[in-house]
Amino acid sequence: MKPFDILIVGAGIVGSAVARECALLGWRVGVIEGGTPAGGATAAGMGHVVVMDDSPAQLALTAFSRSLWQRDSEKLPKSVEFENRGTIWVAADEEEMAEVHLRHKVYEEAGIEARVLTAAELADKEPNLRRGLTGGLLVPGDGVVYPPAAAGFYLAEARRLGAQVFLARAMSASQGQVLLRDGVNLVAERIVLAVGTECDLLPSLPIQKRKGHLVVTDRYPGFLHHQLVELGYLKSAHKVTGDSVAFNIQPRQTGQLLLGSSRQYGNEGPEVEAEILRRMIDRAHGYMPGLEQLSVLRVWTGFRAATADKLPLIGPAAGFSEDRSLWLAAGFEGLGITNAPGAARLLMDAMLGRESAIDASPYLPARLMEPARLAHV
Amino acid sequence: MTTTEVLVIGAGPAGIAAATAAAENGCAVIVLDDNVAAGGQIWREATVGEAASAHRGHGRKWRALERLRRSGAQVLGGRCVFSAEASGTVQTSHETSSGTLVEQFHFEQLILATGARERFLPFPGWTLPGVFGAGGLQALVKGGFPVGGKRVVVAGTGPLLLAVAAHLAQDSAVVSSVVEQASLGQLARFAASLWEHPAKLAQGVLYRAMLWKTSYRIGCWVVEAIAGSNGHNLSAVRVTDGTRVWTEPCDLLASGYHLVPNTEIAALLGCKFRGTFVQVDKAQRTSLPNVFCAGEPTGIAGLEAAMVQGEIAGLACAGISTTLLQKRVAAERAFGESMEKAFALRKELRSVPRPDTIVCRCEDVTFGSLHGYTGWTDVKLQTRCGMGPCQGRICGPVVEFLLGWSPVSIRQPLFPVPLQAFCFQDESVEIATTNEPIEEKA
Ligand SMILES: Cc1cc2nc3c(=O)[nH]c(=O)nc-3n(C[C@H](O)[C@H](O)[C@H](O)COP(=O)(O)OP(=O)(O)OC[C@H]3O[C@@H](n4cnc5c(N)ncnc54)[C@H](O)[C@@H]3O)c2cc1C
Ligand SMILES: Cc1cc2nc3c(=O)[nH]c(=O)nc-3n(C[C@H](O)[C@H](O)[C@H](O)COP(=O)(O)OP(=O)(O)OC[C@H]3O[C@@H](n4cnc5c(N)ncnc54)[C@H](O)[C@@H]3O)c2cc1C
Repeated sequence: MKPFDILIVGAGIVGSAVARECALLGWRVGVIEGGTPAGGATAAGMGHVVVMDDSPAQLALTAFSRSLWQRDSEKLPKSVEFENRGTIWVAADEEEMAEVHLRHKVYEEAGIEARVLTAAELADKEPNLRRGLTGGLLVPGDGVVYPPAAAGFYLAEARRLGAQVFLARAMSASQGQVLLRDGVNLVAERIVLAVGTECDLLPSLPIQKRKGHLVVTDRYPGFLHHQLVELGYLKSAHKVTGDSVAFNIQPRQTGQLLLGSSRQYGNEGPEVEAEILRRMIDRAHGYMPGLEQLSVLRVWTGFRAATADKLPLIGPAAGFSEDRSLWLAAGFEGLGITNAPGAARLLMDAMLGRESAIDASPYLPARLMEPARLAHV
Repeated sequence: MTTTEVLVIGAGPAGIAAATAAAENGCAVIVLDDNVAAGGQIWREATVGEAASAHRGHGRKWRALERLRRSGAQVLGGRCVFSAEASGTVQTSHETSSGTLVEQFHFEQLILATGARERFLPFPGWTLPGVFGAGGLQALVKGGFPVGGKRVVVAGTGPLLLAVAAHLAQDSAVVSSVVEQASLGQLARFAASLWEHPAKLAQGVLYRAMLWKTSYRIGCWVVEAIAGSNGHNLSAVRVTDGTRVWTEPCDLLASGYHLVPNTEIAALLGCKFRGTFVQVDKAQRTSLPNVFCAGEPTGIAGLEAAMVQGEIAGLACAGISTTLLQKRVAAERAFGESMEKAFALRKELRSVPRPDTIVCRCEDVTFGSLHGYTGWTDVKLQTRCGMGPCQGRICGPVVEFLLGWSPVSIRQPLFPVPLQAFCFQDESVEIATTNEPIEEKA
């Protein structure tokens, strides 16, 4: 077979977004998927397109990516269910309200539209929240998508532009060669690992699995209008060890509600854990008492690909591999849906030596090899 | 929370036989069923032909229920099992006048006797009012739905069609035709094999006798349901024998394509499968040492098989040898296999749906949109087929027949339950009904 310009291992939302970018450049693209396209973390996640200010680098990447979602929103097919719902970060007490004001400032400085809500405004916007909450921060530019269809759209676009998809597992990927389980050997100038949580092609990848539970309900149109997240969520998402749950609920275009979220290290089995689920629902119930009566259709789990500093690995694999043909687009933790378009753009810029819209150095994989940095986290 | 030695899920013939055998031999037994009363599909209510067959059917049902009662096994009706763990817990939801009650049961040994449901296949017009599942219409009629004087076509495949048609005729419906897709050759071989099962033959003859006015169209199938001039109600069906197509006027269509096993609990527990059926050994034990399975989930083979398999499973739970009964299982299984061959679906049925025919009603997914995918997960993720309240229970077997992909991932809850059901903490949880204001409840 003729050599490819690029081979992408993994057809989750990240690999598919990268494939589309490359195909748009007219490159000869091959995509390799061992399971079902969009069947990994992309099928399990919530699809909240959200600006997060966990760190300046995270803020920059999520803001950049969100702008790409918005720019593309007209082009997205209906099945992607893109909606500009907006996020409300919910404050339960004065301490959290102080946090609201702090974040409001951070967003303002970054040029992200955000508005502080009083208790009354919050109740007016989301009448199903319990009374007595202190207020919130509305971020109107945040969105909601249906991730498998978004990934499916990127992949379909790439194919339309000539990309070839190979449905087989990659058994090895190095020195410009990818060997598939069915015996086919593919050759390319560059290989991108967009493998989600699966590190067998490069065991030194500094990625840990972080389990999450989600619940989807029947259709209740009008019950919820924005994606609601408790402010305590950041504390939960930030914790590097231990299990945590936080109230996080999303209105789907279908009228269904998607309820999260939990974060756990250590258990790599896909089973639903009754205790975690109970804590998660108790937590949500504390914010929205009416939820308890809504009908649940399905409960499932998924795995986030977590890194030590919460930032993804975008760029050459240098530091983890001597192999100059290897590139990484992995480690997106709980933000891979949001960040897929931005990550694809940064990766292309790096490959072409182009200047990027944002500083790409915080996401370079090699950063996690620096001993000082490692000691710090 | 309730603890028991043996927990039986399903109070049809298989579950009744299993619970009786285990309880008569000293086990503490609880039987759960989502119906209010024990009996399962066939003994749900008075079954057609009971009186005429000299109390044969009725006597058996009555004897089985009476023996179950005396055995000491406890039957809990109205319990819908929505989650189960092989480590020994099952959760049920129970609709009461004050709301949904969630209960948890702990077991040492579990017997799955969850029966089967009807297979539905889509055709243009199937969503019109007036089109029913065959078993579904039968259940409605048992519940009082009036069919007197209505012209009915009963179509599909399997021995159930005649039973349903006979039942409808007994309720004064005008069953104009029974349309059976199996070929005459297939049916003739099956009928010949019935000589080894005289009771089944007698029942068939009885049904046929009750339907002497009805035309029995063999090797034919419905290709379309047609709306009347108002556009809203069924007025006729189009039927074909593969070469000719004709129209038969009717008010109701009862359509059913044999049965698919209810294996969701077994799948959730992680039992091994043999094709679409739960794999069991000679003592009806599944691949999990403390889980047994009896009746339709192990192979569609009818009442006799369900009863003897149930008895074996119950005895095995009590530690009693079942060698003698196992011969009967083999004979009944052979019957099941010949039935499966006789009513195998013809490939022409795959081209009956049109591109705009709905396949997944929960999510409004059409047949045309299912093409170009690599498998069930792919089609589900990209089209939402099977993602609705039924979680693929109805469209799953359809997609399997039409495209060859079977649903792969069974998750709890097996049936929609209120969110609160997952907040279970070792005691029964009562959940208020939805029309109650939230504030007042606390
Ligand atoms: C519970 C939960 C909630 C979430 N909520 C959100 C949210 O609201 N917003 C948000 O932005 N993000 C969210 N995320 C995160 C998001 O889902 C992920 O970051 C994102 O889907 C990652 O995409 P990916 O393409 O990197 O990985 P994946 O989707 O896992 O794709 C990787 C693909 O690579 C394939 N693969 C791996 N190894 C090989 C190999 N050797 N050969 C061939 N193929 C291979 C896999 O089969 C898989 O299909 C959530 C995640 C979870 C678990
Ligand atoms: C719609 C229909 C109509 C039929 N009509 C006839 C007929 O007229 N004549 C005839 O000879 N045969 C008929 N049959 C076939 C007949 O039911 C079987 O041959 C035989 O009775 C099987 O017995 P069983 O105990 O295995 O299953 P069933 O009798 O089906 O009993 C299974 C029981 O388990 C319960 N159950 C299943 N899942 C759960 C759960 N998650 N939680 C709680 N309870 C659960 C079901 O509600 C049911 O009561 C019919 C079958 C169907 C599906």
